[in-house]
Amino acid sequence: MTVFNHYYSVLMQGFGHTLLASLIALIGSLVLGTLFAIMQVSSSKTGRVIGNIYVQVFRNIPLLIITLFLYLAVAKVIKMTGFVAGTVGLTLYTSAFIAESVRAGILSVDAGQMEGARANGLSFSQAMRVIVLPQAFRVAIPSLGNQFINLVKNSSILAFVGGLDLMYQGNLIAASSFDTFTTYIIIGCFYLVITMPLSYYVQYLERKLKKAA
Amino acid sequence: MSNFFDAFTADNLSYLLAGLGVTVGVSIISVILSLIFGSLIGIIQFEKIPYFSLLVGTLNNIVRNLPLLLIIFFTYFALPQLGFHLPIFWATVAAMTFFESAMLAEIVRGGLEAVDRGQFEGARANGLSNGQTMVHIVLPQAYKKMIPPIISQLISLVKDTSLASGVVLAEMTYRGQIVYAQNTNYIVPVLIALTLVYFLLNYGLSLVAKWCDKKLA
Repeated sequence: MTVFNHYYSVLMQGFGHTLLASLIALIGSLVLGTLFAIMQVSSSKTGRVIGNIYVQVFRNIPLLIITLFLYLAVAKVIKMTGFVAGTVGLTLYTSAFIAESVRAGILSVDAGQMEGARANGLSFSQAMRVIVLPQAFRVAIPSLGNQFINLVKNSSILAFVGGLDLMYQGNLIAASSFDTFTTYIIIGCFYLVITMPLSYYVQYLERKLKKAA
Repeated sequence: MSNFFDAFTADNLSYLLAGLGVTVGVSIISVILSLIFGSLIGIIQFEKIPYFSLLVGTLNNIVRNLPLLLIIFFTYFALPQLGFHLPIFWATVAAMTFFESAMLAEIVRGGLEAVDRGQFEGARANGLSNGQTMVHIVLPQAYKKMIPPIISQLISLVKDTSLASGVVLAEMTYRGQIVYAQNTNYIVPVLIALTLVYFLLNYGLSLVAKWCDKKLA
């Protein structure tokens, strides 16, 4: 408890950075992931190829490599802090997984929905935005929730690039308090405060969706 | 472009390749161990033993919701404080197994729930005990369905071994960092090479998962 009291403000700062990085990366990867999912199901061949390559590449390489690449190589051209590099890396990595979830959602929507919308004079993008995506997201929400939980956990990658997040602060506190055990337990509790409620909520949504089906 | 390949001297290459060996070694040992522990936890959750299953399920949820990086740091830096000293390789394997067992338990539980109730009833009606029903009838059917998700879990395991570079396990990513520390011009070539190796490894695994999915469906 002394560790908690003594380092309260540092812990809170770390918690704030973890939350901020997760939220920015969530919004970024939702937008990017949805775009890549639409590309993957679009009728344009180049779109499909680009979408597929992006998803396959970013799903199959470690987040750490992406983050190190941004922090060590890209940051030489475009100046960025560790926090920015980590958050951008997190966004790029997670968007590949979100693209997969959204694509599965889009494919679960009956093809007649798109055809009907197009037959009624909507353009592809209008039909996608107004008719297909709202239905696709309803199906994809549990899996998107799981991706968000992973995103929060993966935000610990910021510790590798000095991103001031919980894990980073945890390592510093462990080194200066010499009480590694208590420090990491406290850090773990902070992560659980975010991920546990989300996890139970996702399970609830999954049950609800199963019942509706 | 001519200096792109400068990073890959014979020494550096063999050093990196030895790291690939460590990465693959950690992954294989961890996945086998977590398959065993994960199956046990998954079965306990599935059996719905009063209180016990709920307790195990809750603990499992807690582990699943922690960052793996934290578990790795905890195993290597905090456990010695309690008197458990593990060498770095086995500390990583222990951390990975702890985390992945929780992930695989979810997959096993889901696989068991997908097996038709009639299979249990039929086996029991034919005189098999509960344990026999599980081992001979239900688990083989469940594992068949679980192979693709287990392989995807193996893919994340391979990727996650890179986190062990944080506790200075000499796996591939850590060795890459050592190589580009010699010369900053090596950063981009080394990271690209690492990307390529991880990609080929994991993309190969994902093709196996796809093939199994088609074959078993």
